[in-house]
Amino acid sequence: MTRLRTRLLVLLCAVTVLAIVATTAVLHAAARSDRLDVAKPGGPVVAAGRVTLTDEHRMVFRNMAWGPHRDELTTVPVAAPTGSRTASGVKCLRFYAASGTGVCLQAVHGALQDTYRATILDRSLKEKAHYPVAGIPSRARVSPSGRLATWTVFVGGDSYAGTNFSTRAAILDTRTGELVPSLEQFAIRKDGRPYRAADVNFWGVTFASDDRHFYATLATKGHTYLVRGDLRDRTLTTLRTNVECPSLSPDETRIAYKSRDAGLPADAPWRLHVLDLDTLADHPLAETRSVDDQAVWKDGSTVTYALPGDFGADLYEVPADGSGRPHRVLTAAVSPAYL
Amino acid sequence: MYVADSRATRAGSAERAAGPGTQPARRRVAVAPTVLALGTVSLITDVSSEMVTAVLPLYLVAGLGLSPLGFGLLDGVYNGFSALVRLVGGHFADRGGGRHKLVAVFGYGISALCKPLLLLAHTLTPIGLVLAADRTGKGLRTAPRDAMISLSSPPESRGRAFGVHRAMDTAGALLGPFAAFLILRATVDGYDAVFTVSFCVAAVGVLVLVLFVPSKTGTPGAAKPAGHHRPEPAGAPRPTLRAALALLRQRRIRRIAVCALLLGLATVSDSFVYLLLQHRLGVPDRWFALMPVGTAAAFLLLALPLGRLADRIGPWRVFLAGHVALLGAYGLLLSAWHGAALPYLVLVLHGSFYAATDGVLMAAASQSVPEELRSSGLALIQTGQAFARFVCSLAFGAAWTAWGDRTALLAAAVALAVCAASSLRIGPAPKVSA
Repeated sequence: MTRLRTRLLVLLCAVTVLAIVATTAVLHAAARSDRLDVAKPGGPVVAAGRVTLTDEHRMVFRNMAWGPHRDELTTVPVAAPTGSRTASGVKCLRFYAASGTGVCLQAVHGALQDTYRATILDRSLKEKAHYPVAGIPSRARVSPSGRLATWTVFVGGDSYAGTNFSTRAAILDTRTGELVPSLEQFAIRKDGRPYRAADVNFWGVTFASDDRHFYATLATKGHTYLVRGDLRDRTLTTLRTNVECPSLSPDETRIAYKSRDAGLPADAPWRLHVLDLDTLADHPLAETRSVDDQAVWKDGSTVTYALPGDFGADLYEVPADGSGRPHRVLTAAVSPAYL
Repeated sequence: MYVADSRATRAGSAERAAGPGTQPARRRVAVAPTVLALGTVSLITDVSSEMVTAVLPLYLVAGLGLSPLGFGLLDGVYNGFSALVRLVGGHFADRGGGRHKLVAVFGYGISALCKPLLLLAHTLTPIGLVLAADRTGKGLRTAPRDAMISLSSPPESRGRAFGVHRAMDTAGALLGPFAAFLILRATVDGYDAVFTVSFCVAAVGVLVLVLFVPSKTGTPGAAKPAGHHRPEPAGAPRPTLRAALALLRQRRIRRIAVCALLLGLATVSDSFVYLLLQHRLGVPDRWFALMPVGTAAAFLLLALPLGRLADRIGPWRVFLAGHVALLGAYGLLLSAWHGAALPYLVLVLHGSFYAATDGVLMAAASQSVPEELRSSGLALIQTGQAFARFVCSLAFGAAWTAWGDRTALLAAAVALAVCAASSLRIGPAPKVSA
């Protein structure tokens, strides 16, 4: 019995110590917002202010710097990205905007579990509509005219489903409210023939300016394809393999994308490339790190993308023709859009 | 009946004598303290690991800005690796006799140590490595743990013992995500807090294992092939890898393995079941994540009753009945009936399939695998079953593509019925006692 008592005593002591450690960790994390109300010295200066989606010469992004404005939509002048940040008070996990329409993928905190939704914002960041989504938000885009919005979510991030993810890409006509909840409803033509499979996944939609055509990634049987979609015909046609997260250039002649390059480690396999849609010529960009993001065209010759950083993610720029060198534009920022 | 009560009190453990469970009574023995201790370890460990699993996708996407898709692709590799590690763990646990606890402590320990490492890993590569180590720990500990459960329980209450263990295990799995979301709710970006708490919880689990699970949970008695439990330690020869593989030459074990393999080949993976439910019934997206919770809840509630039933009517019958429940779920998915109760019924049947098969198969296998090879034998059967289910997933995906979901499921149902019928023929005869 004494041995049992000894063991119980050991357990009790250990549990006490571990409980103190655990409680401290939780309290520490709970107190974080108070402690970080003051901006970190050397960190970006963020101040609350008025943000609209038509502020010319500014870029909007999700601010990831610690502090009271973490995760809020925030703007800086494009010409002075390291300058003072203006935070809007609207929190998004992923965001994109064009022509005064924003799509904000948000978490809704529930009692037992977070749920997610896609919220359509008007030019003054007022909510116009929202749509529940099935999983964790990943990609968001708005068509150049501001009429169409799209989002991709990861489904099956649930604990019992393991880490086997699938994605769903939805497209919304913000004018009519018509929603395509999943591109899997569209007819696929692969290599000239109709194609069906249980394992098709879509992600990373990018729109053409006609509000009818778009590009996206289709994954099936371990391969990824660039597909061109037609909203009117509800079709998807494969164009070539190994293109993920396409991003159409402003002149609609090129696609920036992440390519799974041969010989790279399986867990960091992506390089940024730009594909010329007419000639199908392909240029690897000067960024040599693995980029897991849907790039954004800053203008006709530069793309912007996120890489992991000290505060979650930093934004970088690199010339779109394979020349030059990447450079960091913003720290602690993700999901940029140029207004 | 051969409850070795006299042996149990003598060789078992004097220190295990905590309360009324001391005297292993005939027939209606309470579950052995070792099983309760192992169940507690599993419960605590599952709280810890499911905490991390539940927040990991969110952490990758929202916290680090990565996409978990690349990681999802790696996951299949890790799972295959884990199945191999399970064989290794089973073999080492048997070698030298009674090393079950040592290997289990090692396995649980690795997984616990992985949790603080997640605090340091900020990119996909190190995160992938940490999770691979975590899987290795899980693979190592599973077979010795199940061997300890079977070795500490007399055959006629093994179904119950495994039922109790699986219920406790599932309870932990249900509590983990809940705990994680409470922490995230209470904190600002509290992923670090989730990982720290997860480590603390896992450490308690390892400690309970070290302190409260006797290291001699039934020692191998090669001289007593009839399956006398908890015999005196005997200078048994060290089981070799060849001996472990030679288990398959024994008729009963081979039959169990073949049947587990056959039935595994017709077991459509969970995610397909949930997808089918969604496709056929139009279950709204936001309920999608709750479907596995439904299955787990049914598993939790039914594991013990079905384990007891296995003790009464024989584990093999319950194991087959579980597959009939799965067949019922397939049938409901195929039927034209679209009532509001359908998803619930399918999930309850799916959960009862797990309750009637997961622990029960181990109880059935324990009847035939000799003690000194218990870990290896159980690992062999588990790995075979996992492999078969993996093959089934691939085949089912291909069938879905070729024929559409309905026809694919119909094919799976027919295959399951055929496999169940042949298992009824070739399976070991119902055998309550040795």
